[in-house]
Amino acid sequence: MTALALKRISSTHASRAGPPTPVLDDFSLDIRAGELTVLIGPSGCGKTTLLNHIAGFTRPDAGTIEIDGRTVTGPGADRGVIFQQDALLPWMTVVENVGFGLRLRGLPAADRLAVTRTTLELVDLVGVERHHVWELSGGMKQRVSLARALAADPQTLLMDEPFGALDALTREQMQTLVLKVWRRTGKQIVLVTHDIEEAVFLASDLVMLSAKPARVASRIALDFGRRYAAGEPARRIKSDPAFIEKREQVLSWLFEQGERGDA
Amino acid sequence: MLKDEPEIRGSADYTPAMWQLSALAVLAVFGAWWLVTWAGLIPPLYLPGPAAVFRKLVEVARDGYMDATLWQHFQASLLRVLVALVLGVATAVPLGLALGLNRVLRALVDPLIEFYRPIPPLAYLPLIVIWFGIGEVSKILLIYLAIFAPVVVATAAGVLAVDPIRIRVAQSLGATRLQLVRFVVLPSALPTIMTGIRIALGAGWSTLVAAELIAATRGLGFMIQSASQFLNTDLVVAGILVVALVALLIEIALRRVQHHLSPWLGRIS
Repeated sequence: MTALALKRISSTHASRAGPPTPVLDDFSLDIRAGELTVLIGPSGCGKTTLLNHIAGFTRPDAGTIEIDGRTVTGPGADRGVIFQQDALLPWMTVVENVGFGLRLRGLPAADRLAVTRTTLELVDLVGVERHHVWELSGGMKQRVSLARALAADPQTLLMDEPFGALDALTREQMQTLVLKVWRRTGKQIVLVTHDIEEAVFLASDLVMLSAKPARVASRIALDFGRRYAAGEPARRIKSDPAFIEKREQVLSWLFEQGERGDA
Repeated sequence: MLKDEPEIRGSADYTPAMWQLSALAVLAVFGAWWLVTWAGLIPPLYLPGPAAVFRKLVEVARDGYMDATLWQHFQASLLRVLVALVLGVATAVPLGLALGLNRVLRALVDPLIEFYRPIPPLAYLPLIVIWFGIGEVSKILLIYLAIFAPVVVATAAGVLAVDPIRIRVAQSLGATRLQLVRFVVLPSALPTIMTGIRIALGAGWSTLVAAELIAATRGLGFMIQSASQFLNTDLVVAGILVVALVALLIEIALRRVQHHLSPWLGRIS
């Protein structure tokens, strides 16, 4: 079943010098419900533009985006977004940030507290409820960002290079957390990343985009994330020859794309 | 005393060591004042010594000056400034918010504010008197005008500087336009607004003397002017010190409020 349909999207970037540059031209993509879709491709291929269109922050010049048959016209609570830099509100504590979406919906404080508690437990963040967000480490802040998006119970989670600013260890912890959340909640996730290993590890549906204009160059179904969810340790999966082969395959494809882009 | 900060910008916190340094600077100025007047380098007509000023202050506090005690002069001035401040903030913050949120309004109102903002209050004082008479209204209006502009400018700047990512996050949590203003824009702009209010209050105190030129019979500004006309330099200096002290106390209180409202300021997040 198609949950998310991008239909013939065209989009340009305004530029100060010269005419606007096309980023997406007649781009279409169908994503099934419940997949963990990872978009990967060379810099400037339009991954983030696509994600912003799905989130409703920006509108394509042409084409439509449908979620369960409903056309996206703007941002909404059915699509939770997690950015690379933490976008937490510093005047709120951790619980207040996590419960923010529920507060906007008018949920009473007592009900919010119950939801935020379970959500914070889901992202393995306990004991910092009353902390100020500026007292937290980068990884903890991203856990709070994830919890804030989850607490509002969106249908889809959109992540734009969510772990790009984290160190290797924290990034791997966050990757396993995303897999845990995906398995527990069954939410549809669309994630954009530059990190090939992350893409191959997380994706159940890996979409490789070529640049200018963006096209789906290749698309593969992967099951490393499911293997992790079934209990296999992350390091064992990542050092498995099958994993390394896939990773190298995607990497060499990306290098080809890069060389083509430079020529 | 103060450890070297590795960053160019230090912490926003005012540490005890900084308080000590500040106190030292003030004491140094008073010391120099005392020294030059004690040594007779400057005649008392130009600058009376600290002791003379203090004696005058006690005298005015006890016996009053021009039919009012120091406390009554002080009360009159403080009331004018506070009323102007409350009215100024209550009108300037909503207007600044609107300007920051609406381009059309900004294009319309911005030139008007920038037009009157640099004009010295003394220049338009006659107009105010002609239009609004010589009562309290004119005095408060003059101070109000001095406070209004910086708060509008600061509020609009604070709104325009809101991180767009915060707006997007709130939108994707389902925030309405009104909720965005209430929960994201206003708190984000608050530190800038508070800085605007601090600057505006300084401008308000500066305008006090001009405001009390308007047929005042009470007020610290009136007292200073009147004393200067009779060459009572000791009372002029005493009045200046009282205004400075009150302004300083309010500034410290506002800093406390600002720090309480925005404790994350100046921290590396």
